[in-house]
Amino acid sequence: MSRLMLSFLRVGILALAILGTALAQSLTFWSWRPEDKEFYDDIARQFEAQTGIKVVFTAYKNTDYNTALSSALAAGSGPDIIQTRAYGGLAQLADAGYLLPIVSQEVKGLDKFPRTLLNAARGYKDKRLFGVPFATQTLGIFYNKALLKKAGMELPQTWGAFLGTLEKLKKAGITPLANGAKDGWTLEIMFGVVGPNFYGSTGFYNEVVGGKRTFNDPVFVRALKEEAQLTPYMPQGFMGVGYDDMRTLFINEQAAFFIGGSFEIGYFRAQNPKLDFGFMAAPPLVQGGRPWVSSFADGNYSINAKTTHKKEALEFLSFLASKEFGQQFTDKLAQISAVPGLTSKDPVLSQVIELTAKYQTPYLMLVGFRYQNPTGSFLLQNGLQSLLDGKATAEQVAADITKGVATWYAPFQGK
Amino acid sequence: MSRSSHPRRFLGLRLERGLWLTLFLAPALVLMLVFTTLPAINALVYSLFKWQAFKRGAFAGLENFQRLFAYPFDQQFLRALSHNTLAFVVLLVVQTGLGLLLAYALWKHPPGLRFFRVTVFLPVILSLVIVGFLWQLFLNPLFGPLNKLLHGVGLHALALPWLGDPATALPALLLVNVWRWVGFPALVFLAGINAISEEYLEAAKLDGASEGQVFRHVILPLLAPSFTIIVLLTFIGSFEWFDLPYVMEGVNGTPAGATDTLALMFYRLAFGTVDAGISDVGLGAAVNTVLFFLVLLGAVLGALYLRRREVEG
Repeated sequence: MSRLMLSFLRVGILALAILGTALAQSLTFWSWRPEDKEFYDDIARQFEAQTGIKVVFTAYKNTDYNTALSSALAAGSGPDIIQTRAYGGLAQLADAGYLLPIVSQEVKGLDKFPRTLLNAARGYKDKRLFGVPFATQTLGIFYNKALLKKAGMELPQTWGAFLGTLEKLKKAGITPLANGAKDGWTLEIMFGVVGPNFYGSTGFYNEVVGGKRTFNDPVFVRALKEEAQLTPYMPQGFMGVGYDDMRTLFINEQAAFFIGGSFEIGYFRAQNPKLDFGFMAAPPLVQGGRPWVSSFADGNYSINAKTTHKKEALEFLSFLASKEFGQQFTDKLAQISAVPGLTSKDPVLSQVIELTAKYQTPYLMLVGFRYQNPTGSFLLQNGLQSLLDGKATAEQVAADITKGVATWYAPFQGK
Repeated sequence: MSRSSHPRRFLGLRLERGLWLTLFLAPALVLMLVFTTLPAINALVYSLFKWQAFKRGAFAGLENFQRLFAYPFDQQFLRALSHNTLAFVVLLVVQTGLGLLLAYALWKHPPGLRFFRVTVFLPVILSLVIVGFLWQLFLNPLFGPLNKLLHGVGLHALALPWLGDPATALPALLLVNVWRWVGFPALVFLAGINAISEEYLEAAKLDGASEGQVFRHVILPLLAPSFTIIVLLTFIGSFEWFDLPYVMEGVNGTPAGATDTLALMFYRLAFGTVDAGISDVGLGAAVNTVLFFLVLLGAVLGALYLRRREVEG
C-alpha cells in the first residue's frame, strides 16, 4: 500500500472516530409523525439548552414506520428514543425485549399520570412499564355550528333527538353525517362513539375483558344495530366514501356532523380556519343521562433496550413527561397531552379535555382486544362494513367477532 | 463474420468470451442471490418458527400452517385465493384477449399507428400509485366524474360506490388492472406478429384463405411462444397481485375482504397494520410459503404444458 493511501486511510479512520463520538453524545429519536418535525426539533433545542444533551429527531412516513423500526430492532440497532404505539403495538415490542423497562421513579412526574394511561405502556405478558404516554385521544361528534343554525336546529340532548336532527337536516337538503364506510377503521371509531351508551360502557368493558360476557351479549348486538341505523344519514354512496372524502365534506361545510376523534382538531383548523365547529359526546339515551366518550392513549415515548445512553434517555423522558413539554404539545400540535392537569386555549380542545376527564371509557377493541390476530378491531371493522352494507346481521357480526377473538383469547373459549 | 466459419481459430477467444460473460453476469447473479434467493429461502424458514414481534423464537414445526388452515384464517385464505384465481381467469380472457385484438389492429397499420401504439402502452409506464390514485378519484361516489356523469344523464341507479360495494369492488380493480396492463400483451403480440414471415401469410392468401382464416390458422399458432410468456406472466402477476389492491382498497382488502388477495394477507399478517392488526411473522410467512409453492407449481406445470403445445403447433 502506498504511503499516500495509508495516510488517506488514517484520516478516514480519524474522521469516523470523531463522527462516532459526536453521535455518541446525542440521542437519536424516531417517530411516525413527519408533520411534527418542526415541533420536536424545537423541543430538542430546548432540551439541549437545559442539559447539553443533543437529540436528533427522525420521522418516517406513518405507514413505513413499523417496517423501518422493526427492521432496525431486529438487526439489534434502532434509535435511543422510540415513539411507540399504545396497547398491543407497544406490548408486542415490550414482550420481545426490545424496550427498556422504566421504573416510574426514574422519570420525574410519571407517578402523577393516570393509571389507565400508564396501562397503555405495559407489555401483554410483561406487565412492567415501557414508556411515557404522550397523548390521549377522545372520540365524539363534531358539529358545524353554522349549518345547524341555518337549519334552525339546537344541539340534540338525547340520542332520539340526535336521530331527529339528522332526519330534519336530510329533509333540508343538508348531508347530515360526513362519515363513510370505505375505510373500516373509521367505522370502528364510529362504534367507539355510538356504542358505549348502548353496551354499557366501562361496566361491559370490564366484564367482557374478564370473560364474564362475550360480544354475543344483546347489549353489544344492540350497539351494532344503532350504528347501522345511521346509514340513511351518511353521504350518497357511503360505502365508497373514504376517510379523505369524509374530512373534505366536513371541512368544506358540506356535512353537518362528523363522527371522529380529537386528533382531527388540528387538521380541521389548518384546512379551514373559518370553520366554526364544536365537539360533543354521543347524546345519552334519556335527557340528563350520563354520556360516555371512548378514549385511549395514543402512544408512548420508549427507550431502546440496546441504548448505550440510558441516563441521558431517562433524562429526556423526564422532560417529555413535564408540564412544560405537555403544555407546548397541547398548544402547538392541538392534541391532548398525556401530562395530567393541563388546559388548552382552544375552546374545542378544552371541551374535549373536560369531557374526557368526566366521561371517559376505554376504546373497547384497541384497549382490550388488539393483542393477537385476528384482532377485535379487524373483526369489528370488517363486520361493520358487512353490516352497514346489509350483507350481514348484527347477530352474525357479533358471533364472528366472538368466535374470532376466542381463537386466541382464553376467557372466550367454549362460549 | 459468423463464428461457425472459424471455430478453431476462435476457440481461445470463445473461452475468453465465456469468461467475460461470467464476469458480466456475476454481479447480477450475486445481487439476485443476496437480495432475492436468500430472502425467499429465509421466508420459508421463518414459517417454521414462533415469533414475538420481529424476534425469532423456538422451532414451531408446522404450527403456523396449522393455524393458517384453521378458523378464521382458513376462511380468509380461501377467500383471498378465490380472488386471485378469479383475477387470473378474468385477466387472461379480457386483458390478454384485448391485448391480442389491439396488437392485430395495430399490425394492420391503421392511420395514426404511432399515436395508438404509444397510447396503448402509455399506462404501463405510469407509476402504479398514480394510476391507483387517479382511478380512485374517477370512481369516487361523491366527487368522481363517472358518477357525476351517470347522475347527469339520469342513470341514478347505476351511480354505485364502485370501490366500496362488495359486488363491484373486485371487478373495478380488475378493470383498472386491464387498463393499466393491456399495452404489455399488445406489445408482445405485436412483436410476435411482426416476426411472422411474410411468406406464410402470402401463401395462405394465395391459397384463398380469408382474413379470419389467416388469423386463426396462421397467425395464432405462430404466436404460441408469445402466449406462453403472457399466460405465465399473467398467472404469476395474478397470484402475487398486491400493489393495485393495496393502493386502492388498503391492506385489509376493503370492503369486508371483498378485494383481499393472498399477498395482502401475507403483508397484513407479517407486518401488522396501523389501525387493526398485530404483526405475526410466522403466520405471514406461512401464507407466503404456500403462495410460493402455489405459484411455482402452477408456473412450472403451465410452462411444461404450453411449451409442448408450442412444439405441436
